[in-house]
Amino acid sequence: MNLVIGAVTMGFILALLGLGVFLSYRVYHLVDLTADGSFGIGVAVAAALLVHGALPLAATAAAVAAGALAGAITGFLHTRFQVNALLAGVLTSTALYSVSLFVMGSGSVSLASSPTLVTQAHRLAAGLGWPETVTLLGTDVQSSSLATLALMALLAAGFALALTGFLGTDLGTAMRAAGNNPQMARAVAIDVEGMVVLGLGVSNGLIALSGALITQYQGFANITMGVGAIVTGLANLMVGETLFGRRSIGRWISGAVLGAVAFRLLVAAAIRAGLNADALKLVTAVFVLAVLIVPQWGARLRAPRRAGARAHG
Amino acid sequence: MAEAALRLEGVSHVFHRGTPGEVRALDGVDLALEPGSFTVVLGTNGSGKSSLLGAIAGSLALTDGRVYLDGDDITDWSEQRRARRVSRVFQNPFTGTAADLSVAENLVLASGRAGRRGLRRTLGRERRTAVREQVARLGLGLEDRLDTPIGLLSGGQRQALTLLMATMVKPSVLLLDEHTAALDPRSAEQVIRLTQAAVARGALTTLMVTHSLGQAVALGDRVLVMHRGRVVHDLGDVRRRRISEADLLQLFDRLRWADRLDSSTAEMLRRAYI
Repeated sequence: MNLVIGAVTMGFILALLGLGVFLSYRVYHLVDLTADGSFGIGVAVAAALLVHGALPLAATAAAVAAGALAGAITGFLHTRFQVNALLAGVLTSTALYSVSLFVMGSGSVSLASSPTLVTQAHRLAAGLGWPETVTLLGTDVQSSSLATLALMALLAAGFALALTGFLGTDLGTAMRAAGNNPQMARAVAIDVEGMVVLGLGVSNGLIALSGALITQYQGFANITMGVGAIVTGLANLMVGETLFGRRSIGRWISGAVLGAVAFRLLVAAAIRAGLNADALKLVTAVFVLAVLIVPQWGARLRAPRRAGARAHG
Repeated sequence: MAEAALRLEGVSHVFHRGTPGEVRALDGVDLALEPGSFTVVLGTNGSGKSSLLGAIAGSLALTDGRVYLDGDDITDWSEQRRARRVSRVFQNPFTGTAADLSVAENLVLASGRAGRRGLRRTLGRERRTAVREQVARLGLGLEDRLDTPIGLLSGGQRQALTLLMATMVKPSVLLLDEHTAALDPRSAEQVIRLTQAAVARGALTTLMVTHSLGQAVALGDRVLVMHRGRVVHDLGDVRRRRISEADLLQLFDRLRWADRLDSSTAEMLRRAYI
């Protein structure tokens, strides 16, 4: 049970990463490699500020701002200087690795003695008179871990709702048009370049938030935590799309959130079943690749049969 | 004379400038469109018709010359800034609409072309009603498909909606870039009828590029014929003077004859000197 609660909590945290990737990959059709760097800078900024005694909320907000700035830089490189989007993302991301190191001061930082959003949630739960442990499905569960779960679920749901709402406003619709058909967008006086900068800013702000929450949840920060963030985000998104489809933006975004949770549960089950945790990124990458190419195989397997049938007919 | 709605002064665009492959897509075009006039641009392929529209819409940077809209110098304005006042219907019906967005969303985006885009809900009830009325006026039955992704509609339907998007906020100039060329004859006819209605209702200043001589004499107050980046014929009062398709065809034949003469002269010179 504790394993499940941990996985679901992680899922909600990484759902924010999924939302960010949704924005760049599905709204703008860009594989934005800034994600690795902005996740990392989210971890670094939040951890560094918390160690120095900043308010958890302020530290988290600063992390989001740093990620948003990183995304805007990538967007700017891509639109104003026509740098290929992949390259722009890699450049920003690589530069951010050094920036994150400077910010943290070393490769890893412990938050064991600093108050964080997570410890605040625990205090709040205790203050509300929650018992030390509760029994769920026959196992004793720390109520503090339930408080953490509730906090992360609320954040994920809140931002998912906000993003869904935003994409239905004039500005959000203009962003979707800019991603869908830049020529049309320009013809109705939408500032396409500005929309890309703004969109990647919001996207990487969400990704940095995910990083800031992970570091507070785990109680430590490590410079490598952002590695592979884009692939994890894509995996979340794809699980969500498989489970919930893409029929409306609301459904699609809920899918991105619940897909992240489902993917974490899968990972937890795989590790429980004996998967070496070191292989996790390899498995995630193979999973994303499989989701991308299996439909093609399916089409290829069907196509010759149909051709054959025609030949016989 | 009233201030021209659109004025071009010495507008030029040269591809591959300074190389042997230099092409003058636009070669010092001067042009003034009177408010409310309907001007048709004809020309052979590569004569500079589309470049002319590009120069006005801002998608083609000028090598030389200035563009004025209602007296404002818009030469240095970006395409998207010009789009607040210059609207455009493209040849390809897929270009003018965002396929994944619904019919209503596309229309609301177009209705906001002149203003700022904030955090107002795109599809509030008031706007839905307004959009529905305008779509109903097209008479295509699309008012019941407002929430359909526009990419699922036919080319003719999409082009009719693009035309509506281009005219629902009155533009200073409406640019039509062979906007019926990719449509089947029935849809083309329908879109032309809708064009006439929209232009008449808004008294819009219109510049239309076409290959159809029939459309030119039926719609235009004025017909321009372009050749090698220049306006070589400028026929005013087309309808009063009863200029016919045959007259226009004759102009084209003469241009083609001149072209052949040019190329045979060039060939002769090449043989003699190289």
